[in-house]
This record gives sequence, C-alpha cells and structure tokens, in this order.
Amino acid sequence: MGDFHNPDSDHDRFRFRLGIATLAVLLAFGILIGRFVWLQVIQHDFYRTRAEDNRIALIPIVPNRGIITDRNGVVMARNYSAFTLEITPSQVGSLEETIDGLAEVIDIQPKDRKRFKRLMDEAKNFESIPIRTRLSDEEVARFAAQRYRFPGVEVKARLFRQYPLGSVGSHAIGYIGRITDRDLKWIEEAEQQANYKGTDHIGKTGLEQHYEFELHGQTGYEEVEIDAGGRALRSLKRIPPVSGNNLQLTLDAKLQEITEQAFGDRKGSLVAIDPNTGGILALVSNPTYDPNLFVDGITPDNWKELNEHPSKPMVNRAINGAYPPGSTFKPFMALAALEMGKRTPNQAISDPGYFNFGNHQFRDDKKGGHGMVDMYKSIVHSCDTYYYILANDMGIDNIARFMGQFGLGQRTGVDLGKDDSGESKGILPSPEWKKQRFKKPEQQKWYSGETISIGIGQGYNAYTPIQLASATATLANNGVMFRPHLVNQIVDAKTGETRAVEPQPLRDLKLKPQNVEAIRRAMVGVNKEGTGARAFAGAPYEVAGKTGTAQVFSLKGAQYKESAVKKELRDHALFIAFAPADKPKIALAVLVENGGFGAQSAAPIARMVLDYYLLGKLPNGAAKDDTSAVEDDHEE
Amino acid sequence: MIDVSATLRRWARELVAHIDFPLLLITAAIMGVGLATVYSATYDSTHRMMSQAANMGIALVVMWFVSRLPPQKLMSFAIPLYLIGLILLVAVFLFGIKVNGAKRWLSLGFTRIQPSEIMKIAMPLMLAWYFQKYEATLRARHFVVAAMLLLVPFALIAKQPDLGTALLVGGAGFYVIFFAGLPWKVMFGLGAAGAAAAPFLWHMLHDYQRKRILTLLDPTTDPLGAGYHIIQATIAIGSGGAFGKGYLNGTQTHLEFIPEKHTDFIFAVYSEEWGLIGNATLVFLYTLLIARGFMIAAAAPTLFSRLLAGAITLGFFTYAFINMGMVSGILPVVGVPLPFMSYGGTALVTLFLGIGILMSIHTHRMLVKK
Repeated sequence: MGDFHNPDSDHDRFRFRLGIATLAVLLAFGILIGRFVWLQVIQHDFYRTRAEDNRIALIPIVPNRGIITDRNGVVMARNYSAFTLEITPSQVGSLEETIDGLAEVIDIQPKDRKRFKRLMDEAKNFESIPIRTRLSDEEVARFAAQRYRFPGVEVKARLFRQYPLGSVGSHAIGYIGRITDRDLKWIEEAEQQANYKGTDHIGKTGLEQHYEFELHGQTGYEEVEIDAGGRALRSLKRIPPVSGNNLQLTLDAKLQEITEQAFGDRKGSLVAIDPNTGGILALVSNPTYDPNLFVDGITPDNWKELNEHPSKPMVNRAINGAYPPGSTFKPFMALAALEMGKRTPNQAISDPGYFNFGNHQFRDDKKGGHGMVDMYKSIVHSCDTYYYILANDMGIDNIARFMGQFGLGQRTGVDLGKDDSGESKGILPSPEWKKQRFKKPEQQKWYSGETISIGIGQGYNAYTPIQLASATATLANNGVMFRPHLVNQIVDAKTGETRAVEPQPLRDLKLKPQNVEAIRRAMVGVNKEGTGARAFAGAPYEVAGKTGTAQVFSLKGAQYKESAVKKELRDHALFIAFAPADKPKIALAVLVENGGFGAQSAAPIARMVLDYYLLGKLPNGAAKDDTSAVEDDHEE
Repeated sequence: MIDVSATLRRWARELVAHIDFPLLLITAAIMGVGLATVYSATYDSTHRMMSQAANMGIALVVMWFVSRLPPQKLMSFAIPLYLIGLILLVAVFLFGIKVNGAKRWLSLGFTRIQPSEIMKIAMPLMLAWYFQKYEATLRARHFVVAAMLLLVPFALIAKQPDLGTALLVGGAGFYVIFFAGLPWKVMFGLGAAGAAAAPFLWHMLHDYQRKRILTLLDPTTDPLGAGYHIIQATIAIGSGGAFGKGYLNGTQTHLEFIPEKHTDFIFAVYSEEWGLIGNATLVFLYTLLIARGFMIAAAAPTLFSRLLAGAITLGFFTYAFINMGMVSGILPVVGVPLPFMSYGGTALVTLFLGIGILMSIHTHRMLVKK
C-alpha cells in the first residue's frame, strides 16, 4: 500500500494527483468543446433547418375525456365536438385589425373579445386562443372562403364538456374549467406535464376533479410540416391519443333529481347510501347550480351571482356543512349504552321533565316530562332527560370513543375533490378536541356539565350530512362500515375492462346483534307511533328512522316559538332513516336548514325519496312541510 | 483629531483582507454572463434577473463571512455540520415531504429545506478533517472508514431519489479520498467492479431514471416528455452555429421551445445566442476558476486545507461538466444547475460557501505555522 506517513512525499503525491486531476478536467472540457464543434459547426446546417422547421413541429392531440354515467347508464357528463375559431397571437401582425377583419365575416360580440383578452393574458404567446366557440356550419364555410386573408387564424374542432342533466347532481359531478396556475402546479406534482400539452381544461371540483387523471386519457401527437404562414402542409407521423376512462357511478340520477325537486327552494342536504356497499345513491346539496356555465369560462356576472347569493349555491353542504345532529344522535347514544353495558333495554327512568346537574337545570322539551321512560320510549318519543342522565353516566371519553368508530368527526374520504381537504371534519367533542381548539387554559378545560347536552346531539357536536348518512348506513348494516363513494367502477373506454373502486368494507365494528336489533325496533317505532309517524303514515314498507332538531339560536329560558324567530335563526331540521328496516337497501340523512322540527320538514323529504326508491312512486312537486307535526309532536 | 481618511483606508483594507481577487473576478465574470442570460431567458420581465441579482448579493455576503474564518475554525465545523446533515437526511427518509414523487424536502412549518444541499459542503469538510486527524498514522482501514462516511449519506440521497445531488455529494467526498492518496490499484479495481456491476445497478434505478438514460440514447422515443428537452436543447445549441444568433435573438428560447430555460437549461439559451465562440469563452472561464482553485490547493499549508480546496474545486468542475454535458446531450438529464449561471438562490449560496472556503484557505496560509 506504500508509505502513508511521510509528509513530504505526501505533499508531492498530492501535487502529482492535482496534475492528474487537471488533465482529467482538460480532457472532459475538451470532449465538451468537441461536442460543441460537432453540433455548432459540422451539424450546424441540419440544426439550423430544424430550428426553422421548429415553428410548430409537434401538435398534441387531446384525448377524449371519459364520460360519467349513473348506475343505470344515464349519461351525466359527456363531450361533444364543435368548431372554434382560434387565433395564434404570435403569428398575427395586429390583433385588433385581425379581429375587426374577422368580425366582418363571422359574428363576434364584445363579450367574445373580452373573453379572448382574458384568455390571452393567461396563455402563452404561441398558443392558439379561441375568439369564437361553437361556430355554425355556415360560419365555418364562410371563414374557409376568406381564409387566405387571415394568416395565424384557423378553425379547429374541439371537444366540449357537457352536463346533459344540467344542475342535477352538480355537487357530485363537479365541473371542468380552464387550467390555471394552481392547476399547473397540481399537474407538475403528478408528473403529468407532458400528458397535458394541448389540454386546456381540467376538473375543478367534485368527481371531475377527484378522478381527473382517470378521465383525462393519454395525449397523442402529430408531427406536422408547417409553412411560413403557420398552416399545416402535411402530416408526417401520428400517434393517436388514448381516451380517458369512463366512470360508472353508484348514484341514481332519477333519485337524485327527485330528491332535488323534493327540497324545492329549501336549503339543505340529503345523502342516501346503499348500506351493503357504501355506494352513494343520491348526494344533494340544495340550492344547486348549472355546471355547464363553467365549461366555456364562466362570465363574471354569472360568477358573481353564484358566489354572492345568500343561499350559497356553490357550497357543497353534503360534505362541507357541519351541523349539530340534534336528536338523530340518540339512537347512537342508546347503542353505546347497550354495547358498554351502561343500560339494558328495559331499564327505565322516571322523567320529571328536567335533569338537575350542579346548579343548572337541563330541561326536556315536554313540560312535565314523559313519565317512566325505557330505551324504546326514549327513542320513539325522543326523551331528552333519558339522554342527559345517560351522557352523565357514560362520560365524554366513552361517548367520543364510541362515536368515533362510526366515522363521526372525521373526513369520510368520499371521492370528491382533489384530496380530502375539500371535506369538513366536523366536530366530535372530547377533552382532547377542546384542548386543541381553544388557546386560553380556562377555555381548554372540559366541564362535566358540557357532557350532558352532548347526549342529545347539541353542544359542540357538529357533523356533515355525509357523516350522518354513513353512520346510519353502518348501523343499518349491523356495524359493517364501507367508505362512502360515488364511483362504482372505472371502465376502460376501449377494452371495457372494469375496476371496482371500494369493494372491501372499511371495518367491522363488531356490534352485538341483539343490541342493534333493540335500536332498530325503537327506530321503527319512531315512524309507527312516534315523531315520524305522520310523515310515514300508510307506508307499505317498514322504515327505521329518527327525527332531530338542531338549535341555531339558543333561547335562554324562553320557550322556542317558531313564529317569533327570524327565518335564518330557526332551527335546522334533521332526519335519519334506513329501509326496509329488516333488510336495508337504502340509508339516508336529511338536513333542512332553518326547517324547524325534523318531523315537520325533513321527514317528508325522506318519505318521498324512499317511496321512489323502494316503490318507484313518482312525487308531484316539492315535499310539503307538515305544519301540524309541530303542534302534535313537540318532543324532540 | 482622528485621521478620517486613514481610518477609512484601514477599514477598507480590513474589509477586503480575506478576499482573493482572481477568484472574485472570475466568478463575477461568469455571474455577469449568467445575469444577462437570465434576462434573455425570461425576456418579458426583469423580475427574475433582479431577484437573481439579490441572490448574488446574499451569496457574496456569505462568501465574505466564510472567507474570514480561519481554516482551524472551519475544521471545528466538520463533525457538527456532517452530523446535522446526516440527521436531517435520516429525517427526510422518515418524515420528508414528497414533491414530484421524490422525498427531498423537510418541512419546518414556515419553510422547507433540502438537507442534501448541506452535504455538498459537509461531506468534503468531514473527510478532509478525518484525513487530517490520521495524517501521521494513515492506514488502509482509514480509507475504509472514509468510504463508509461517504456511502451512508450518498445512499440516503440516492434513495430519495435524487441521483444528481447524490453524484455531486459522492463526487465531492470521493475527490477528498482521491487526493488523500487512495491507491491506484484500489481505484482501478473499484472501476472494474463497477463496470461489472452495471447491469445490476441498472435494475436498482427508478423507472424515471432508466427512462432518462434510454431517452439520452434515443430522444425520439419520448418526444413530448423528457426527450423533448434534449431534442430542443440540442437544436438550440446546434442552430447557434459558430457565432450565435445574437443576444436576445434566440428563436428556440423566445418561441418557448426550451424547458427550464432560466434554471437547468440556461446553457442552451446562452449557447444559441452566443454560438461556439461564446461556449469556448465560458468553458475557458470555468477552466480559469478551476486553475485558480488548484493553485490555492497546491499552496495550502495543511493536509486538511489541501484536500478541501482540491475537492471543492473539482466539485465546481463536476457541476459545470455535468450540466453542459446533459444540455448538449452527452449525459443523462439529472437536476444539476450550471454553477454561477443558473437561476436559484440555494445553489448560489452553496457555491459561494465553497468560494469563501477557498479564499479562507488562501488568505490564512501565512498565518499557519507548520
């Protein structure tokens, strides 16, 4: 190995090696210079020609976007081909003159000019930008005759997205729009830049966004020889694009439509799930909007109207609205009590109409109380006192742990939007949650008095309609839980091969069958002899359900009187249900904002949905509020 | 009365006491070319150029500070800096955030850092320190330990995956070992073993890395993706010819055919506009930089400073060669910027840390007693 420790010879060796390194550097740089000479002198003519030819050498061919159909094959999103008139600004002398000239041949409105200007600001100079979309055949012919006058202008066939059902299901389907800087970042992160050359639309919300890279397809390209005027002379080579995959939904478009109609002009949400698969049958957020407005670039006026409307049609209440569950929480509380052995079904309490805790009195809605109340009666007549005492006996940690299993207070991971950040988590109250939520130490402490109103679904409780629907579906399916999802399978457009999205259950809560049965029986009782009886009078199928009312505005000490409270401050109405009770095919959660009592406005909507889904019965018009329900069934 | 002018003169002298003017002039020349090219590449706005000028200001301040630290002080940083770099690399491996499918970044909440950047300096510093420590008792096993010190961070960075940075870090470390006297027999042996293992290494590469190498061999297989970069950059260079198309007149650049044109592919922009003459000038400037670095290494009084100066200088060469090689299509595309030319603050600061170290070694050489 030689002599390692003679400083002088070490230094000599170092210098020798520096010399070797110098030679290596010179050799490497020599190779580089050689490469430059090869490219820039010997091959210069070849590359000069290539650079000149390079004006437009490769034209990407955008693939057909996958179509979206409902569970029965009804088309909810498709493409149609239309001619657009496009200008490539870098190949045009004066833009103003060109557009003025074109206006003599083809109808160009001020709004077309405005949109062109806006698109040009966003686009790169060498891209062609549409000045008019959807040309008629006659217009195409007229332009073709005059084409020689307009270098840099061409007619292109482009595919446009269309949502044939209009606003039906728009909160589920979402829409596509022009690619913005933020979308570009997304494309880069997904390493899809090459595949998006030539693509100018991308999914913005809903399924269109969640399944963007499934729907998009593989871009093809054409090598084209171009003359000085920018016109294609001949095609040299063509690699065809591969169409995007189609989505086959679990959604039932007709059910969706009927449900949206049932809401009428009420604000709210309904999510219906097949409990056996987790497939979403209907996902309604009302009011809704027409996604077709977005495809061509929404006009500022339309955008303003949608965005600033007080009823917020752009908000997807099904996954973004968090509401206190009210009394729909009670069946889950009762189940928790059974599973943990804190109660038996027959164990009864005496309800004086209030529960005293410390120096605070928690009141029941029914003055004078319900008398002796067992579990069945507590659900059927929605007795508050029963659940005040139960919550106090169970303690907040037990409640939070049990409800967490049902996915309450967590994102469901439904296949909407880019990632699940578009979905609200809601609030599953617990001491840990409070510690994170508040900053000041005195606010961070959990008071045992706070546990009591949690028991009747009030207090900090806040869940999204999809969480409530998913929890109800899990209960209906005896504790076997699926992730709620809208896409049943992804279909390869060419081969027809299918891929299921969520075939496996998420988890099994291992509930005891006799406990689930007790809750089911009580929930059936709700619709036979309890708060839901009027809404389901004469139904030929058995429905398990529970009404609920969520306080928006707390009236200290005073009795709640609907007429005395402004509409925006009225309570939210809720209803959860599954049917047929013994072998459930559908589970749902309804929320009507400011709808008052659950029995009054939410249950009638559920009745319409179940009548259609189970019996095929078509309703006429929106559901009507059952105003008499208010007087008869006060207790919720 | 205080003699104001004398005080000012003393201050001025003190300010530049540890600046090596040949190095400063050479890097300033390359940076001037870089700024002009960044302007051409981002033609329609001066925004990038101004922000790059600001980056240069910061980098020069860093250089000034480092140049004032004596080499003994630099030595004392070797272990802590290496350990911090190593810990951060392990942290990236465990908790790093994924960008573009690669885990390279560590989130600090308010910002994110790329720890492999630290290793570009920490690696040669650590190894130079190590050989200095065992200077008098150097044995074969010390080379083995040095190889381990090199391979662990190298593997962590390659695993991210970030082959470009792994090669630069690995190179910087290897140069120290080479200058420390790694026997030729061993080097040729390793070379032969490496050649034999090439097919296995091929299987260990990530799909996208393999694709890049295949694309280099035949760019037409992926004309819309990675091959596009190579094809368009080659056309830019070739069409520039002997004298170039003239400043701001590169059609490839201004028709947006060149990707990453102000960062990794800036050389294509420069080469299109300045031609072979411009390329030769730039390569000459890099040769001057390396020559000055080697002179500093040859004159350095201690083993530590010799090894460090030699390795840092060869590092500059590696940057420049890999970048110009990949842009002109003789090396695969790995994310290596062109030193002192490409837009980007982090790389510039790292480079000037290196320049600062060279200046420190050179300006403190008289103070060190053998």
